[in-house]
Amino acid sequence: MAGYISIKNLQKYYGTFHALKGIDLEIAQGEVVCVIGPSGSGKSTLIRCINRLEPFSNDSAITVDGVPVVPGRSLAKVRAEVGMVFQNFNLFPHLTVRENIMLAPRRVRGTPRAEAQGLADRLLARVGLSEQGDKYPSGLSGGQQQRVAIARALAMEPQVLLFDEPTSALDPEMVGEVLDVMRDLARTGVTMVVVTHEMGFARQVADRVIFMDGGAVVEAAPPETLFSAPVEQRTRNFLHAVLDH
Amino acid sequence: MDLFETFLNFDVLARTWPMLVKGLWLTLKLGVASILAGLVLGLILCLTRLYAIAPLRWLTRAYIDIFRSIPLLVLLIVVYYALPFVGVRLSAFVSAMAALTLVSGAYTAEIFRAGIEAVPKGQFEASAALGLNHRQTMTDVILPQSIRVVIPPLTNNSINVIKDTALASVVAMPDLLKQATQAQALTANPTPLIGAAAIYLAFLLPAVLLVSRLERRMNRGQV
Repeated sequence: MAGYISIKNLQKYYGTFHALKGIDLEIAQGEVVCVIGPSGSGKSTLIRCINRLEPFSNDSAITVDGVPVVPGRSLAKVRAEVGMVFQNFNLFPHLTVRENIMLAPRRVRGTPRAEAQGLADRLLARVGLSEQGDKYPSGLSGGQQQRVAIARALAMEPQVLLFDEPTSALDPEMVGEVLDVMRDLARTGVTMVVVTHEMGFARQVADRVIFMDGGAVVEAAPPETLFSAPVEQRTRNFLHAVLDH
Repeated sequence: MDLFETFLNFDVLARTWPMLVKGLWLTLKLGVASILAGLVLGLILCLTRLYAIAPLRWLTRAYIDIFRSIPLLVLLIVVYYALPFVGVRLSAFVSAMAALTLVSGAYTAEIFRAGIEAVPKGQFEASAALGLNHRQTMTDVILPQSIRVVIPPLTNNSINVIKDTALASVVAMPDLLKQATQAQALTANPTPLIGAAAIYLAFLLPAVLLVSRLERRMNRGQV
């Protein structure tokens, strides 16, 4: 059965480097999937292909809610449905926090200004930043900026949220506040694909954990299985390296 | 011989002042018109060079390289003295403005390109991920951020354009320099030339100082 996000034979080359070696993956609606693995294993590349920030070869196929992720009209449709949160936040520095959130609804959906403003304020309240709407991103801490970035992604009311190492650029004391927001989101039924090094988060929140290495999916299982009884030796080695310290 | 009498003769300056003011007015008109037209041309060239289909990109690139290489004086003389042979007869003002704009546009295009390329890749990616199309990405996200980066080099280029307007005196346009040389001939005294030089300085020196200040602020990352 095809999933809400369906990835078939995903191949990705950077020049001659084979970054993704034929990934097949079906993700159900409302599922929370965490992707773990060593750096350079292709996990970021994988989720960047889902909204085609990375182009991929033509014999690969990705669909989101049945819509093929190919350039043109259908890609615009996919991107309006798929929100993304980046490692480095990528907030727009010349816009206030509120304007950051309002921009896409206003431009892409044509939402009237007053309505977009109301939406932005509701979302800011939801990520615990009601008072910060008039500030510029540079006036916020890293954790606050990442929560604004999540609010900005939510403003398009996406069916899918992609998280590309959302806590990797944060000071340790700010990781928790971002993970809390993500934990709340996971309960709302939105489909989430999270590339992360936070094994605790993956264990608690994920419906399924995917371990990648060398551009391939090595093992995919519910977290209780993957963390306590991994089948593959490579998974065991990785978990041993990241957990037993 | 009295140096003051020769080079700073107030009597001569007072008599020729109206000529100089007339010339200054024309110089400023030519300069400002060419700067504005060059900005528009430069933005179009830059966006074509970065985002158009490949053949157009190559053509723009060739244009930019050629017009940054050709001496302005040569271009001006070609426009004013050579084009009439193929039936294109332009006034001195239009010839000068065309030459200045064609060259300024090429430099401006490179300045804009540097400004756009200075915006981090993540800004393009965040815009794309939100579903903004290319035009929205440029107008709402990229260009507003580029503006801050390009203001010092654009000011610099504008200074150059104003300075280069003096070349228009070669095609007999009565700009500040031309008026000054004529006043000198009329009065048999070089004071009007010194006056013209002082007027150029009065306009351009503050602009040069402004650019250095902007650049220092940029380098401190305070913009």
